[in-house]
This record gives sequence, structure tokens and C-alpha cells, in this order.
Amino acid sequence: MARSIPVGARLRARRLDLEMTQAELARRLEISPSYLNLIEHDRRRIGGKLLARAADALGTDVASLSRGAAQGLVEALRLAAGMQRGDGREGEPASAGDHERAGPAGARALGGAELEAAEDFASRYPGWAGLVAAQDRRIAALERTAELLSDRLTHDPYLSAAIHDVLSAVTAIRSTAAILADEPDISTEWRTRFHRNLHDDSRRLAEGSQGLVDYLEGEGEAENAGAAPQQELEDWLSGRDYHIEELEPGAGPIEEDRLAARIGALASAREGFVTGAGRALGARWMHRYAADASALPLAPLRASLQAHGGDPGRIAQSLAAPLPLVLRRLACLPEGLAGRPAGLVICDGTGAMILRRPVAGFSVPRFGAACPLWPLYQVLLEPSGAMLRVIEQAGRMPQRFTAYAASQVRRTEGFGGPLVAEAVMLVLPAERGGKDEGAADAPGAIRAGTNCRICPREDCAARREASILGTGGPAA
Amino acid sequence: MGKHVLLIEDEPNIIEAIRFILARDGWLVHTHSNGASALDALQRHRPDVVILDVMLPDRSGYDILADLRGGRGPAAGLEGLPVLMLTARGQSKERETALRLGADVFMTKPFSNAEMRDAVRLLYERRADAAR
Repeated sequence: MARSIPVGARLRARRLDLEMTQAELARRLEISPSYLNLIEHDRRRIGGKLLARAADALGTDVASLSRGAAQGLVEALRLAAGMQRGDGREGEPASAGDHERAGPAGARALGGAELEAAEDFASRYPGWAGLVAAQDRRIAALERTAELLSDRLTHDPYLSAAIHDVLSAVTAIRSTAAILADEPDISTEWRTRFHRNLHDDSRRLAEGSQGLVDYLEGEGEAENAGAAPQQELEDWLSGRDYHIEELEPGAGPIEEDRLAARIGALASAREGFVTGAGRALGARWMHRYAADASALPLAPLRASLQAHGGDPGRIAQSLAAPLPLVLRRLACLPEGLAGRPAGLVICDGTGAMILRRPVAGFSVPRFGAACPLWPLYQVLLEPSGAMLRVIEQAGRMPQRFTAYAASQVRRTEGFGGPLVAEAVMLVLPAERGGKDEGAADAPGAIRAGTNCRICPREDCAARREASILGTGGPAA
Repeated sequence: MGKHVLLIEDEPNIIEAIRFILARDGWLVHTHSNGASALDALQRHRPDVVILDVMLPDRSGYDILADLRGGRGPAAGLEGLPVLMLTARGQSKERETALRLGADVFMTKPFSNAEMRDAVRLLYERRADAAR
């Protein structure tokens, strides 16, 4: 709990900051120094016009003296102080190791006594406190940006190839142009050849740069022509909160022809998908959604949800439905799950993401593999397995999530055909106080991350590569 | 016998430019564009200096360098060749990888012609000094 500073103590602190004597302030307030002394030690109340005069004399406002700094500012300071640990272990004393890991800026973890002084600091120096809080928010935003850019630069094959092409063209142009500029005695044949090369490379550079710009600009817009088809699908689904009302069977099943027509109309709508690949992927997901909706309609799902308090395992049991299906359907409920937003991640047997529905605080990499400690991957090791875990995601603001994961294996192409595995993970923000329906019997929390490159947990046995946050990883 | 460079690179116009500037300095420049057969080309030419691109068709320049420094099998006798690595990715991780695998010089695209000339000459002189 935040320590509440009495108004008298605040008034005294402000006076001392201004190096004003008690007698001087008493004179300005037209009260006796002894009475002011009683006020400053909170043995007499102060309010009304006298408090207003005191605020005026001390160059501050009544609110600052009477209520202290805004509680939001104090909370922001506490958050900034707590997050300096890097791994966010609240309540633990900072060790020397913590200090060393605190980052390139040399920031150090703040202990309990200093945290207790947050309100005092905010009251005395609201401007500086606001600056600290604003910088902390800015750092968080920049870290998020770094996370996204790192993810893309490392794993986006198109971006990597495009940058390589552009740099190759630039290299050829630079060398060739330098030859033409610096070498006076070039034969006509060579000069002609180099001019032709310059022309070809400059055209290649122009096309490559334009393609890169289109791709990157498209990334920043909701409807991006250059984005991957999977991103188109996720953008489209996000606009509907991942619920497709047109494909819910309602009172009865949707006939096959009508279903195909509905999906065709949804996929080709002007405000929908941009590319053919996006439309095709969207149509495939819609067919799958419709099959899920048909197998597990909303009405019995909602009834079971109410009866079993949000426990997917019990819902699956009561409806005799496969657990992966229940998890997918729960993530697409229009009303959310028990009023909470639900995240959904689906991957195939290689770990490649098939669908991502991020939830605040739980990032899912768009490219490449995520944290191998996620139940999503753990459950792949156990065919037709199910797993319930609490995940504590590393980051500036570690948050806990309840994760329900289930895997399924299908045999394709008949008897003897290859097996195709898939895992589904439903992610719910854990409720404050750890009271999370359905998670009461969850074992200890898994300390996980998003992926190794942006995870600060250096002691992780599953680490694949060093973190760009400079806090861990194997030696290069 | 002249000073001999083997340029292992797949971008034709970069090959042409490097070949031109080095030839003007008196180098005999051979080129090879395929990663998979790069070690064969090295055995065939036995150059004084190798310029090796990281991103090649069929095989990474890093793998070629690792084999070359290993000096076994098809790379027998190549382990001491001076190698200048070329890459379009200038991240410190790339540089560390190249140097750890035994590159003598790491150069990021785009480079200047003077840088290229100086680096190749330096590698040649260093090798010649070591041989004395």
C-alpha cells in the first residue's frame, strides 16, 4: 500500500524546500508560529482559506498539499522503479547480480525503502516525477518497437532478401561509379560496359527500393498490400474480434452451398482481403471456423461455460467435444471469456504459427519460433495431450496468464499416411490475486518470454540465442 | 608469377567492378560464383588472397570458410589462405561469426574501391612477410 503523507508534513516539506522559516510562513499566513508548528505536525487541521493561503505562499496548489501527487503518478513511479530489475521479481531484494544486469544505462533496482518514498518524491518534485514516469513509458514503447523490428529483421525472409538485393545493387553502383569517376584512362569498351552496368543496377536499385518501401509502408497500415497473407487474415479477424457471426449456424446447420457462397462473399468483400493469397487463406480459415461452429454451436457452449465456470476441460467433458475445438471456440466468443479478452495461438508440428490472436501483455512473434517453454510447444511432445499452466511473461511489466493448451494429431491420406500435428493454446490474463477460474489446480508458474532475442531471462535452459536486451545468452 | 586473387561472389556487376580495379593494380583475378564448388576452385587456383561473399548460391560463405580453415578433405592445404569476407549484413554478430571462423578481414557492402584495394594489398603483404 502507498504510504499516505499527511497534509501538515507536506506543507512542512514544501516550506523546507523553499528554505523558508516557520516564522516567515506564519507571518504570511497571519497565524502564530506555534500554531503553524502544530499544523505542520498534524496536531491541528488545516483547510479552507488558510490552506489556500498556505499553498499560495508556498508557490504550489491546494491539491498538491491536500491530496499529494496524483496517485497515478505515484503508481507510475513505482512501476518504473520495479521494472529496473529486468525480470520484474517484485518484493525480492536487489542483488549485486541484479545491479549488473540492470541494463546499459546503469539503472539499478530500487529497494523497499526507496519505493516507499515514491509518493514523497512525487509530492515534492511533481515535475521531475512526471518526467521519470514519461521516460519510463517512452522506454517501454521503444522496447516494444525494438522487439517488433528485431523479430522482422531476423525472421522475415522477404525483408532479408530485399535488403540484400538493395545492398548488392548499391555496392555495384558505388564501385562502378567510382571507377568511372576516378580512372581517366578507361577504354571505350570498358566505359560502355560500366555505363550499361550502372544503368542496370540503378534500375534494379529503384525497383528494389520501391518494393521495400511498399512493403514497409504497407506494414504500418491496417490494409497492407505488401503484408503476408497470414497478417491479412489476422487483420481481418481482428476487425471482427475473431468472431464470424455469418458462419454461426444459429437455429440450424448452414447448407453446404449457402456456406460456400457466404464464405466467398466474405473473402471477396471490398473492405476485406487485399491479395489473392490472403483471400485464399481467409477462405480456408472460414471453412474451418464454420466446421468448428457447426460441431460446437454457441448455445450449448455458453450453457456449459456458465455451468462449469470457464474451465475448458470440464466444458469439453460435458459436451463430449475435443479439447482443441473447445479452446478455439472459447477464443472466438463475441463477448470474450468471462468478460476477459482471450488470446489464441495455433501452431503446427514444426512450431510454425498458423494463427495468432495476441492479448495485451502477451506478444506472439509474427515470424520465427516463440518461447519453447510455452505450453503450446510442451503439449506437442504429448500427442493428444492437454496442459494447464500459469505463464509469467518476462518483460518490463511481467504479467501472468493462464494458458490452456491441447494438441491433436491427424492421420492424412488414409491408413499409413503421414501424421499432421497441431497445438492450440488459449491465453487468458490472470486475474489479480491469482484467483483464476479453472486455474486453481495449475502447477507453479512457468517463467517464459516471447522469444529469446527479446527475453531478459539469462538463466533459461531453453535459450537458443543471446538477447538483444543485453541481459543474457550464451557466449558468442 | 603474378599476384593472384580468387573472388568468390555471385553478383556479376560486383565481380566486374572488383576484377577491374584489382587488375589495374596488377592482380590476376579469377572468379567463381558457386558456393558448393568453391573449395574445388580454391584447390585449382591456389590464390594468394581469397575474397569470399557470405551469401552464395548453394552454400554459405561461412561454411566454406570453416571448411577452409579446417584444412581437411577437399580443403587440404588451404587452411593458411588469407580470406577477406564480404557481406551485405554489417551486424556485429556477423562480424563476430566471420572473425571467429577465421576471416582475416570483414568488409560490409557497400564498400569503397580504395578499401578493397587496401585490404587485398594488406593481406598479400602480411602473407609475404610471414613467408620470409
